[in-house]
This record gives sequence, structure tokens and C-alpha cells, in this order.
Amino acid sequence: MTKRPISILIVDDEPIVRESLQNWFREENYLVDVAASGKEALDKLTRQTWDLFLLDIKMPGMDGLELQRKIKQIHPSATIIIMTAYASVETAVEAMKQGAYDYLVKPFDPDDLERIVHKAVEHAQLLSENRQLRDKIEEMSRFHQIIGQSASMRRVLEQVSLVAASDTTVLIRGESGTGKELIARAIHANSARRYMPIVIVNCGALAEGVLESELFGHEKGAFTGAQYRRKGKFEMADGGTLFLDEIGDISLKTQVDLLRVLEDKTIYRVGGNTPIPVDFRLVAATNKNLEALVAEQKFREDLYYRLNVFSIALPPLRERREDIPLLAEHFLRQFAQNMNKPIHGFATDAMHMLCQYDWPGNVRELQNAIERAVLVCKGSTIEPSDLPFQVNNGPSPVPGQSLADMERHHILRVLQQTGWNISQSARLLGIDRVTLYNKIKRYHLRREPT
Amino acid sequence: MTEPTDLPRIILVPVGSVNPRLLEFLILTLPDTFKMPCTLGPPLLDVSQAYSLVRQQYYSTELLARLLTLNQHATTKILGVTEVDLFIPILTFVFGEAQLNGPAAIISAHRLRQSFYGLPEDEALLLERCQKEALHELGHTFGLVHCQSFECVMHRSHSVEQVDLKRNSFCPMCAQTLAHNRLTLR
Repeated sequence: MTKRPISILIVDDEPIVRESLQNWFREENYLVDVAASGKEALDKLTRQTWDLFLLDIKMPGMDGLELQRKIKQIHPSATIIIMTAYASVETAVEAMKQGAYDYLVKPFDPDDLERIVHKAVEHAQLLSENRQLRDKIEEMSRFHQIIGQSASMRRVLEQVSLVAASDTTVLIRGESGTGKELIARAIHANSARRYMPIVIVNCGALAEGVLESELFGHEKGAFTGAQYRRKGKFEMADGGTLFLDEIGDISLKTQVDLLRVLEDKTIYRVGGNTPIPVDFRLVAATNKNLEALVAEQKFREDLYYRLNVFSIALPPLRERREDIPLLAEHFLRQFAQNMNKPIHGFATDAMHMLCQYDWPGNVRELQNAIERAVLVCKGSTIEPSDLPFQVNNGPSPVPGQSLADMERHHILRVLQQTGWNISQSARLLGIDRVTLYNKIKRYHLRREPT
Repeated sequence: MTEPTDLPRIILVPVGSVNPRLLEFLILTLPDTFKMPCTLGPPLLDVSQAYSLVRQQYYSTELLARLLTLNQHATTKILGVTEVDLFIPILTFVFGEAQLNGPAAIISAHRLRQSFYGLPEDEALLLERCQKEALHELGHTFGLVHCQSFECVMHRSHSVEQVDLKRNSFCPMCAQTLAHNRLTLR
């Protein structure tokens, strides 16, 4: 957070005091304004606010105490320093009881003035940062980043609202790129745990041994390379939410360990014997058919039931096409701003193409497509030629074709389109490079010589 | 040919009775830092108007106002040097006062003396402290505000201990601003 200059309002009926203090604060590089009376201060307060207020107690008309009460009514967290003469120290103490931060006795000892102002400024800055962070959290909690007006998405958001307030374990299901992490974040942001951390673990991306150490942490010397004691994700999520993505990919051994933690709410670090109590809310997500995995005995039935207390199914983008224009416009605004390009919208044909396309990579693929379109766009609107696919010219899904065939076809098409640039292709497909390598291998895809 | 009086320069004005060695020292050292000549001006001997019976101190803003009447050239900086105890109404005392971006400043040696704190006099230390305060207040007249670096002479100091902590020079950042602002005087 960049620190802006601190602003201060000095309210005193004596011009000499106003002027002297104004000079003093200006030399310290503060933004200073002055008011000669409580009324003038309140008038100014209707137009702007300050980080710190210095109020004289004795003023004709409205005195400092009354002004403090009025400022506090408008800005309850305002940081106020009361200025007083020796004779009215008791009044200053009264002001502190009513919420003043501190008081200064005239004439001020220069050291006291600096110390008290410095402390008050720090206090005001902390309050301001705290307010900004809370605003950010509140903003996030209103499903700020989840865009969708389709009936299916409205249903999802209703479910999120319903379950967020409780501590129930939630299982989010949906294809890759449908926004499972965003939903997990929305659940956390709307829960009582929102001021504590949300810790995210992609179980599919980690090998079994690594995952165990990631989740449980380890003691120093627990294995080769464990040079330091390290906290695991369960501990990091203490008081908050743990989001386990790709839960269908964890090994049977990790499933047993996870089940034990869910039962006991206690963990042991790898190589450790001390039980560590943990308090977290679990949200898990998968793009796999967990019931089928249970039937194949690749997923423990007891863990399945433990996870599947409340399930939210995210619809694929092709089943909520009415959200495509909204999402596309949102991403366009975002990327155009990031790349500083004056692009205002989509050509009708381009939007038609976006709405017709099948989006196997869902919202993530749409996001990547818009990012690329903004990058290559030379005009003020996105044209069909800016999009990374050709709906009319591209291969149409063939009835009777298997999902694997379609996936193979799509991956090949993206690879050809990017000239076999693996990173770019993976990004467009919404998968990581390792997964793309595995799929290239599985489908025996080869780059044809040019 | 007459001497061009509108060239940038510092005029040192003794306010009340001032130890001549202190004035000589400042005349010798200030030109090094500000790259402009420093000369002795006519003394301001009657300081009684600035005296406060209640505070038993001298009102520095009043003295500053009288120094301002002496300045006839926009490129001249006037530094008043006094040995009396200075105050401004809101503060119990000040080591000095200056006009930010203005032509005049004043410093007091009163609380910079070891004897003020019941210690044996140390002239070398007094001269060094006075030099730092002179650099500080003149720095304000060149538009410099207080610096966060505790070693920079533009760091605010409320006690002799803090004055002693500072160096008698500007940090690179303040020196750069000073050089820039000094150029605009010409």
C-alpha cells in the first residue's frame, strides 16, 4: 500500500497558533489546513476529511469538546488531539474519555509535540489501512468477482449464501475452468472466518510425498533436505478456510490422513510426535466423478461422504451462454485497462462467435481468448480476426465422437494455432504445461513438418 | 565599478550581543555549503520589543519580522544570530526559526551551550551545533522541509542530543534539492 501524505486540520481561534502550527507541520511535509472556529471546521468537513485533527478546547461559540463530538458523529474513527492551556487540563482529560487520542498543553514542549503527533499519525495510518483492508474484504464478500446472471449461476450463488455462514464442509464440482476457486473464495469471504486466511492447495499438482509435507508440514530433519521446521497448510489455515482443489487426485494414503484430520481436528507434522490442534473449514473441489472413483475403489467412500456434506455443481460455460457477453465485456475492460489499450467493445460478428463457440476450457478459456484478442487488436473494437479461433472454419463437433476424440482434436487445433508454443497453448487451454505434455503424449500428438 | 549587490549571498546579522568568534566561524563555513558569499551585516542591537515578560524569552517571529525589513534583494538570505532564548507562542522554546522558501532565518546559541545544561563550556561543540542549526534554518529558506534521515542536517531536532546526532551536512537527497533551488535564485 502506497502511503499518501498525512492530512491535518488545525482548529484554533488564535491566528498566531494556527500560523505557527501550520508552519511546523508544513516543515514536516504534512498537508495542513486550518479553521478559526468549530463552525468553519464543520463546514470544511462537509467537503473533505482529514487523517488527524488538532482542536483547541477554548474557542468562542462551539468549544473543542462539542466540536470533537460532532466530528466523531461524522467520522467515528477520527484521530483527534486536543490542545489546552494548563488551566484546563481536566477538560482535556474529559476529552480523552470521550475519544480524543491525546492532548497537548500549551505551550508545547517541542519533543512532546513531535512524539504525540507522530504516534497519532501512526494510529491514523493504521486505522486508514485497516479500513481499506476491511472495505476490500467486504467488496470481495459481495461475490464481486463472480459474474453471471443466468438462472444456473444465480442458483449457485444462492447456495453459496446458504452454506457460507455455517462451518459445513463443501464440495465444489465442475469442469476445469468453471471457477471453482472463485466459488471457494466467495464461501470464505462470506463466512465468519473471512478475516482469517484462506489457504489454497492444488492437490493434483503435487506428488504424494510433497503433498503430505505441504499439508502437514515437517520437523527439522524429518527427511533429506528438511533443514528447517516448516508449518503445513492445515496449520496455516488455522482459524480460516482450507481449499483443497483437485481432491479426486489425492492418493489413498493421503485420503486416510485427511480423513483422520477431519475426524480429530489434530495433526502431526511429518517426523513429529506432538499433536497440533487445528481449526479450519474445509472446502474441496474436483472435476472428477467421485462416485465412479468410489466404485472403482480409488476414492475412499467414508472420505467421500465426509466431503460431500454440501455439494455445489458449477455449470459449464456452454450451459450458461447468456453469461458469455457479460463475462467477455468484463474481461475486455480488465485487459484493456491493464494493457492500456483504448478498446471499447466487440464487433457484432466477434460477439456472435464468442456466443456460438463451445468453450471446452470454460471461463478460463474465455478469459485467455479475450486476453489474446486485446493483445492483438489494433482498432477500438475486437474483430473476429482478433479471436483465437474460427467458429465457422473450425472443425465442428461430430455427433458420435467421444469426449477424448474431441479433446484430442481441440488440443491439436490450439497447438497448431500457436505454432506448438507449449506455454501459450497451455494458457489458452486453461491447463498447466505438465498436463499439456501428458495429454500430447497420451494422444500421440506430433508436430507436422512444415 | 560598483559591486553587484543583487548576486545571491548570505548576510549574517548579530541580534543583540553575540560572541564575535561564533560569527567569524559561520562566515567562514557557510559559503562552503551554500556556494555563495557570506558577509557580516549591521547588528540588530535593540531586541527589547521581542521580549515577553510572561515567558522571559524572546519571540523569534518578532525578531524574524525585523530581520525581513533589512533584506532589499530577492537573492539575499539573511541569517540572524542571537544568544538570547527564543520562543514561539505554541512551543516552550525554539533553537531557531525560518521562513520556508523565504529570505530570512534566525538561530539562537542559548540552548546550544553546554553551560545551559549545567556542564562545563565547550566552545568547539557550541560552534559545531550553531553551524548545524544555521545550515538547518537556511535550508528552510531554500525550500527544504524536514528530512527523515536522522543524520541529515535537515532532520528536526528538539534537543542538543538530537543536534549532536546530525551531521553538519545535507543528505544526498536534500543536497540535490538545495542545489536545484539555489539555481532558481540566480
